[in-house]
Amino acid sequence: MISAMLAEAWGALIANRLRSALTMLGMIIGVAAVILMLAIGGGVQKQVADSIAGLGSNMLIVTAGSGRQGGFMGGAGTGATLRLDDADKIARLEHVVAVAPTANIPAQVVAGPANWATTVTGAPPAWFTVQDWRPADGRTFSDMEERAAARVALIGQTVADNLFGANDPMGQSVRIKGTSFTVIGIMSKRGQGFGGMDRDDLIVVPLTTALRQLQGNFFRRSIRSVSVAVDSAENLDSTEEAITQTLRRAHKLDRNAADDFSVTNLTAVTDTLSTTTAAISALLAAIGSISLVVGGIGIMNIMLVSVTERTREIGIRMAIGAPRSAIRLQFLLEALMLSLLGCSIGVGLGTLGATAASGAIGFDTSVTLFAVVVAFAVSASIGIFFGWYPATRAAKLSPIEALRS
Amino acid sequence: MSVPVLSLQNVIKDYASEAGTFRALHGVSMDVQRGELMSIMGPSGSGKSTLMNVIGCLDSASDGVYRFEGQDTATLGETALAKLRNKGIGFIFQQFNLLPRLTALGNVALPLVYAGFDRKARETRAQELLTSVGLGDKPRSRPSQLSGGQQQRVAVARALANDPDLLLADEPTGALDTKTGAEVLGLFKTLNRERGVTVVLVTHDPEVARATDRVVRIQDGLVFYDGPPTEDALYGHAPEGIA
Repeated sequence: MISAMLAEAWGALIANRLRSALTMLGMIIGVAAVILMLAIGGGVQKQVADSIAGLGSNMLIVTAGSGRQGGFMGGAGTGATLRLDDADKIARLEHVVAVAPTANIPAQVVAGPANWATTVTGAPPAWFTVQDWRPADGRTFSDMEERAAARVALIGQTVADNLFGANDPMGQSVRIKGTSFTVIGIMSKRGQGFGGMDRDDLIVVPLTTALRQLQGNFFRRSIRSVSVAVDSAENLDSTEEAITQTLRRAHKLDRNAADDFSVTNLTAVTDTLSTTTAAISALLAAIGSISLVVGGIGIMNIMLVSVTERTREIGIRMAIGAPRSAIRLQFLLEALMLSLLGCSIGVGLGTLGATAASGAIGFDTSVTLFAVVVAFAVSASIGIFFGWYPATRAAKLSPIEALRS
Repeated sequence: MSVPVLSLQNVIKDYASEAGTFRALHGVSMDVQRGELMSIMGPSGSGKSTLMNVIGCLDSASDGVYRFEGQDTATLGETALAKLRNKGIGFIFQQFNLLPRLTALGNVALPLVYAGFDRKARETRAQELLTSVGLGDKPRSRPSQLSGGQQQRVAVARALANDPDLLLADEPTGALDTKTGAEVLGLFKTLNRERGVTVVLVTHDPEVARATDRVVRIQDGLVFYDGPPTEDALYGHAPEGIA
């Protein structure tokens, strides 16, 4: 009986093609919006998650404060307030697993005929651990090379592409500020960081080499930042406080003086970002839900019209023996079919939209099975909820009155 | 004597209206035996439509007893009444009342849907029925593609779908011209004579009633005459002895 009724419901929808299509429009838009939002929201969250993973987990970054020349304040990291022995002091603190002091030096790098402006990062071997970043090819430098200030370098993908093109950079030499370095490794690709900066546009050399060969006399023992790996997420806040106290003492700062360095808790930053994207997704999903409800009301409206128009049909069906339950089921199936058909089209359009959005925004969006299942479940509920009243109204008609209409 | 197909005892039907209670049936009693071909006559407002609705279980009596196949219909619930309309009674209407969206085959198969037959059984049975009313070559036609007489034949086939105990026809020839009306009437007669189907025709047309074996005349909500189709009965003259 159900299959016959499904066929009849389909026939009823087909008989009023334009009306059915217009009725479904609300559902189509609602579902497409929800699917699109979930896909984009998921994409953003994945992007954020990747960024977090790329930054290394449970990390604090201590950055040198601004340089002060007369009354002028430079930007963060321009001063020489952070020194190598500060990093040693931080390394001795409780819960600190590893420290990686780094010096960042902008430089024009030359390899054969090609040249490229990039940032040279001077870092100890521990930096690779702290950053949780490994070379895709080749090796990192050793403690011995660090102590010996060896002229070895690992280059990022962007640098490799721009200096060597299709050639293999391994074992080649690059000139940085007049000093020749041997390429011993190529870092794996990391993609964009926050704000779209290219994290693959860098060269990593031993810290000692960077300080001695590439940095001017004034900055000889000064570093730009120290990356600090902490043993667990719970200890991040206490370690942040300990670092601040240690450095204030080391720098002999007055009680009233401002810090001449800053400590950034990356987890806190990424938490904020996650919360923000979640809030945006929720807002968009709420808008989609409203259109779904409006679509449901549209279905209810058209079903009420349909019941009125087909009163005589209902009377005939009752006269030839349709029980009230069958009449209700018939109209309920029509409402359900409208909503599910609308949902299918909406899922299709939403998926297309998500694909188009991927191209436009430049990161992956994914329509998950979960989102599709939820869309169908919600649409089915809406069909039943908003179809119930019209269907019940049809079922409650008196057969005589209905036949007379 | 076996149990009558239908048996009405002092059936009363009241309608509540704004002007107060209106009594449409004042106590109708009659039996219809299996295999009868009879007509119920009466002018408009006589209560014959009300009587038909009660007999067809579309409406219930306010008082009195109506038994269908010996079963007191007052004891039946909504679902049981629907089942009775589906299997016990075959309705035929003046305006055919076919569903315009469905084909002839689909219309005939509809009562079988509610009776719970599967698709194959429905289609086989519906095709047989269409053939039996002379429309075996038009299963895919929609009602709009058929003439009035053909539509009424489809309606007869639909009414016969579940082998009902009673064929209940309301002015079945009212919307047809004389010739096709006579053909449809002939179809009822054939069904009654050859297959023993019990037929009750509700009509105001004496020529239709003349073709039946028994006439029940209703006037002012009462049985005014119950007997063979004499001229007096057909044309509503007072029977002998009452004038």
